[in-house]
Amino acid sequence: MSTTAPYTTIIGLEVHVQLMTRTKLFCGCSTKFGGAPNTQVCPTCLGLPGSLPVMNRRAFDLALRAALALECTIAPFTKWDRKNYFYPDLPKGYQISQFDLPFSSDGFLEVVDPKGAFEPCRVGIVRVHLEEDAGKSMHDEAAGTGDTRIDLNRAGTPLCEIVTQPDLRSPQDARAWLNELKLLLVYLGVSDCNMQEGSLRVDANVNLHIPQPDGRIAKTPIVEIKNMNSFRSVERALTYEAARQWEDWQATKAEMGKTPKQTRGWDDPAGITRAQRHKEESSDYRYFPEPDLVPVTVSQQQIASIRGEMGEPPVSLRKTLAAKWNIPAYDADVLVNQGRELVDYFEDLATRVGEGKVASNWMQQDVLRILNETNGTVSDFTVRPEGLADLIGRIKKGDFDTSRAREIFAEMVTSGRPVDNVVAGMGIAAVSDDDVISLCRELLAANPKIVADVKSGKEQAAAGLIGQAKKKNANVNPGKVRAVCIDLIRGME
Amino acid sequence: MQPLEMSAVDLVAALRQGDITAVESATVFLDRIEATNGSINAFLAVDREGALARAADIDARRKAGKPVGPLAGLPVALKDVLCTSDMPTTCASKMLEGFRPPYDADVVARLRRADAVFLGKTNMDEFAMGGSNENSAFGPVRNPWDLSRTPGGSSGGSAACVAGDMAPVAIGSDTGGSIRQPAGLCGITGLKPTYGRVSRRGLIAFASSLDQIGPMARSAADCALIMETIAGHDPGDSTSLAVDVPRYTDLLDRPLAGVRIGRVPEHFAAGLDPEVAKGVEEAFAVLMAAGATVHDVQLPHAKYGIPTYYLVAPCEASSNLARYDGAHYGHRCKDLGQRTAGHTGGFESPLVEMYCRSRAEGFGPEVKRRIMLGTYALSAGYYEAYYAKALRVRRLIRQDYLDAFQTVDLIGGPVSATPAFKLGEKTDDPLAMYLVDLYTVGTNLAGVGGISFPCGFTKSGLPIGFQLQAPPLAEPLLLQAADRFQRLTDWHRRRPQAVGVAKT
Ligand SMILES: [Zn+2]
Repeated sequence: MSTTAPYTTIIGLEVHVQLMTRTKLFCGCSTKFGGAPNTQVCPTCLGLPGSLPVMNRRAFDLALRAALALECTIAPFTKWDRKNYFYPDLPKGYQISQFDLPFSSDGFLEVVDPKGAFEPCRVGIVRVHLEEDAGKSMHDEAAGTGDTRIDLNRAGTPLCEIVTQPDLRSPQDARAWLNELKLLLVYLGVSDCNMQEGSLRVDANVNLHIPQPDGRIAKTPIVEIKNMNSFRSVERALTYEAARQWEDWQATKAEMGKTPKQTRGWDDPAGITRAQRHKEESSDYRYFPEPDLVPVTVSQQQIASIRGEMGEPPVSLRKTLAAKWNIPAYDADVLVNQGRELVDYFEDLATRVGEGKVASNWMQQDVLRILNETNGTVSDFTVRPEGLADLIGRIKKGDFDTSRAREIFAEMVTSGRPVDNVVAGMGIAAVSDDDVISLCRELLAANPKIVADVKSGKEQAAAGLIGQAKKKNANVNPGKVRAVCIDLIRGME
Repeated sequence: MQPLEMSAVDLVAALRQGDITAVESATVFLDRIEATNGSINAFLAVDREGALARAADIDARRKAGKPVGPLAGLPVALKDVLCTSDMPTTCASKMLEGFRPPYDADVVARLRRADAVFLGKTNMDEFAMGGSNENSAFGPVRNPWDLSRTPGGSSGGSAACVAGDMAPVAIGSDTGGSIRQPAGLCGITGLKPTYGRVSRRGLIAFASSLDQIGPMARSAADCALIMETIAGHDPGDSTSLAVDVPRYTDLLDRPLAGVRIGRVPEHFAAGLDPEVAKGVEEAFAVLMAAGATVHDVQLPHAKYGIPTYYLVAPCEASSNLARYDGAHYGHRCKDLGQRTAGHTGGFESPLVEMYCRSRAEGFGPEVKRRIMLGTYALSAGYYEAYYAKALRVRRLIRQDYLDAFQTVDLIGGPVSATPAFKLGEKTDDPLAMYLVDLYTVGTNLAGVGGISFPCGFTKSGLPIGFQLQAPPLAEPLLLQAADRFQRLTDWHRRRPQAVGVAKT
């Protein structure tokens, strides 16, 4: 937060995450992304007459997991409500959501920067509730007819809506907090949080608190920003919007309450927010309890069993790693921020190496660097912890120095071969010249045809000997075998 | 005996014994429908070809000694509110004219598995909203006992087709009395089961928390037979009860001795037709003669039943019917945007124009009235005063029933205040029309079961109905009591003259 600005930026977020269920919230249709339009649908998610919803318990349990990790209070009794509005991507004319009795409320999530670039920032969670997603409308502008095409594959996909308190004080904090939230949800296996595929969406509410000369705090009208498709966009949009509101305040002195809450859309290429049509926020959704579903009760045993399967959240995992492996908080932070799989890789490596800091250094300087360069993931990474531990062990043994080891490591990554093999292939475990000569003599004696071919000028025939040589001694250098053989054949003339 | 006169129980037995084939049986009813539907208008769609093919298949399987279902060959008529994958399903609305669902309702699937033969889809009040069948977009149904009168509603077609010998059995749905009231006005037997006893999946929703499917037939025994097939838990309906289905037909023939029947004094207050009152009192006497005892009980909040019902039902309906918007299926206005460019005809967008005009054209006046009532009552600022309060009163009404059932086993009384009224008599007075549900809405609001069966006739020859209501899941007792009554009386055997008695 800037201490020089003449105002405080007040930010609250509304985050929608798609839960990682195989099937939709109220029917058995697949939630897989990218299917041909309207192929993952049934009477229920098409809203056909007579169709009924049945709750997906798995979705509810995943949402519970998220709420518990966000330190929310879980309601022992929760119900579903209908949110009524007309839109073509909402085939029933209502969305099944939760209104006055969400399944959880009143939690928080804290984000701490190990480098101390910003103050620890604890953001209150107003509520977490479950709801179904709508379909997708695609306006066919190109055809020039103004036609709208509807894809209902997404309709009925389970969404968890997380609403924060207006506790964030800067666009940078908002971005950092979102990163932490995403990390948590991915750790929990609640969502893949893929913004490109729409499995995480963020709306932000922002206004300014401006101290007045008389000591009063003037508050600018709250603006809800939509259409932000990356955390970077969130930060940019909030920065833009705070500046816009400041200018607007200076020009109009308009305060909250005197004008209705406004919705503005973020235009990423233009880098500005634009006012959206007014009527959308003045809708009356006529919420009422969904009569087609029964209320859900949650017992302490269910909560305990969900807690049992949750795993350690990032915030405590950072501390655990730092303490257990005696690595700096910064290292633990970097490792944890890369996700559960990388942490597992690191712990496996550290166990084998026996020294956390050495393992961490290799993770930070080599593994992560290569993953970043290749845009790869640790699960696809060719060198497994045992291979890397082997390499590090050889350094300790004095077989080679670290810079040589880096070359070996790079070769291990590209070839997928183990240390020994790479070391041998690189000619590192040298075979003596005498050994090579006696090996070549053996080969020539066994291959008179190749000898004849080379004699008649076809030197390429010597290539047939190299494979055989490698079989006899994997460490031989192929180029050397070839040269020696040709020399020996020439010497026969 | 000819199939037209047989009870469903006897007809199933005759089919099983080979006294008659499924094709013969279906043909008789299809011919009867062809001869009489023109004057009754009970059917919106008749599936002669499908029914005969199905019947032939059942006959072939039976002949080959292959297994057949418990209702093998029994012709059944389906209210057009039930989704059928092989017949159109319109809810008697222009909105769904020609609509063919891609799936069968759970009830339809169960009947199919039991090898029932579907004759066709019966007429009804549009989206089951009405008590006279005059709200059908495809013309009113006429009462077989007097063609100038209503058969009641909303399951008017189902009631009239059974009364008119066009089907031995029909399936109806009951949201505020839509099975029991037309059964009463048409002189047949109709059961509204406990909420959740029969799956609602594939029943086109009017008011989800009140809707329940049930059988309509000539006798309680026939209703018991059908219940054995249609009742049962459906994991596809979250509100369906996971409770075993009793063998209703085995539980019928038990004495009524010691059964305590409640009588609500307010049911006999002003407004009840004297001939109906007399018929109902005589029914109590018959039940007492059979060993039951009659006791006065109070349902203190019953007087709020109609206003409560006319908030809860329209609120749910306003949401349930939002899906009929012209966007995905059903009626869409044909001449959208036929205006000069730049003029939207008063609509804020082409989308809104599509919604407004499609719904204005597709829905009839009563449906629109209820959508508006419900939309209003759910709106910000009115929700507490109307919908929320109605839910609280509903809980009181349910509690009244549960309290009363502490002291009695059943509650008896009239089904409706008057016998069948003239077509057109109440069409200009929606409030008078709403009162036809006076004695029936409480059952739905309380979520309990009720049965209606004939207990006499007026001097002019119109049937009078008697209603019994029971605690949750006490269908065996409802059916047992009605069956006992029918063993002692022959009101349910009388056939209307208006469209000709079945030839023997
Ligand atoms: Zn589906």
